[in-house]
Amino acid sequence: MSDAATETLSFVVERELAHPPEKIWRALTLPHLIEEWLMKNDFEPVVGHKFTLRAEPNPRWSGLVGCEVLAVEPNKELSYTWGPSGDGTPNNMKWVVTWTLTPKGTGTHLRMEQSGFRPDQQQNYKGAKFGWQRFFANLERTLERID
Amino acid sequence: MSYGFQMPDAQDLLFRTLADPTRRGIFERLCRDGEQSVGALTARAGVSQPAVSKHLGVLKQAGLVRDRHQGRQTHYSAQLDALAPLMDWTSQMAAFWQSRFDRLEDLLKRMDQ
Repeated sequence: MSDAATETLSFVVERELAHPPEKIWRALTLPHLIEEWLMKNDFEPVVGHKFTLRAEPNPRWSGLVGCEVLAVEPNKELSYTWGPSGDGTPNNMKWVVTWTLTPKGTGTHLRMEQSGFRPDQQQNYKGAKFGWQRFFANLERTLERID
Repeated sequence: MSYGFQMPDAQDLLFRTLADPTRRGIFERLCRDGEQSVGALTARAGVSQPAVSKHLGVLKQAGLVRDRHQGRQTHYSAQLDALAPLMDWTSQMAAFWQSRFDRLEDLLKRMDQ
């Protein structure tokens, strides 16, 4: 199989916020603020720092997300791995969550991308995601036509 | 609901099946153009007929296509219902992040400049 056979899935949420990037950056990187909108955590904005996000456990999930900081560019970009089985998540089950902040007028365009991650194909994953996005877009159109 | 985004087996199988671009292309064609023979699919797939048949076998195992034999020809059609677990998982993930964005926005309103 070609490299493309192991394409990863990527998922994007974007929103325009009426707040400057510096303020949003604080909400994304200060543990007591992260806790207010995401989960309890021991985050530090340091590349290589390993941290855990803690939610209420339920019968299907331990409530733990094992993370490692991948990139920190203050007020611009933050990215970390997202391991759904806590610290013991195998690498090929991990996601990468990337936050991008772009100033827009007096506010900020905030973009969150969650993408599949395989360390052995790391060099490919940025280019490979579009196939999936197109697939979902096409599929949505197809499903609309059928209804 | 698993907010950790662990993929249950049904979803995992669908993602793995559709991760191959050639295979996904064949499935997309069936979604778009309706039932097709193996020959017709091969003519536009850019790979050999045995390769197309192999991809169709994998799609069939995942429940994504159904085959119908007519004479010496086999025709395949897409089974869109089989995508339901994938759509459920995607909408769960969308719901999770949308709600976190809402909470983030609430927090930002409360914070000092």
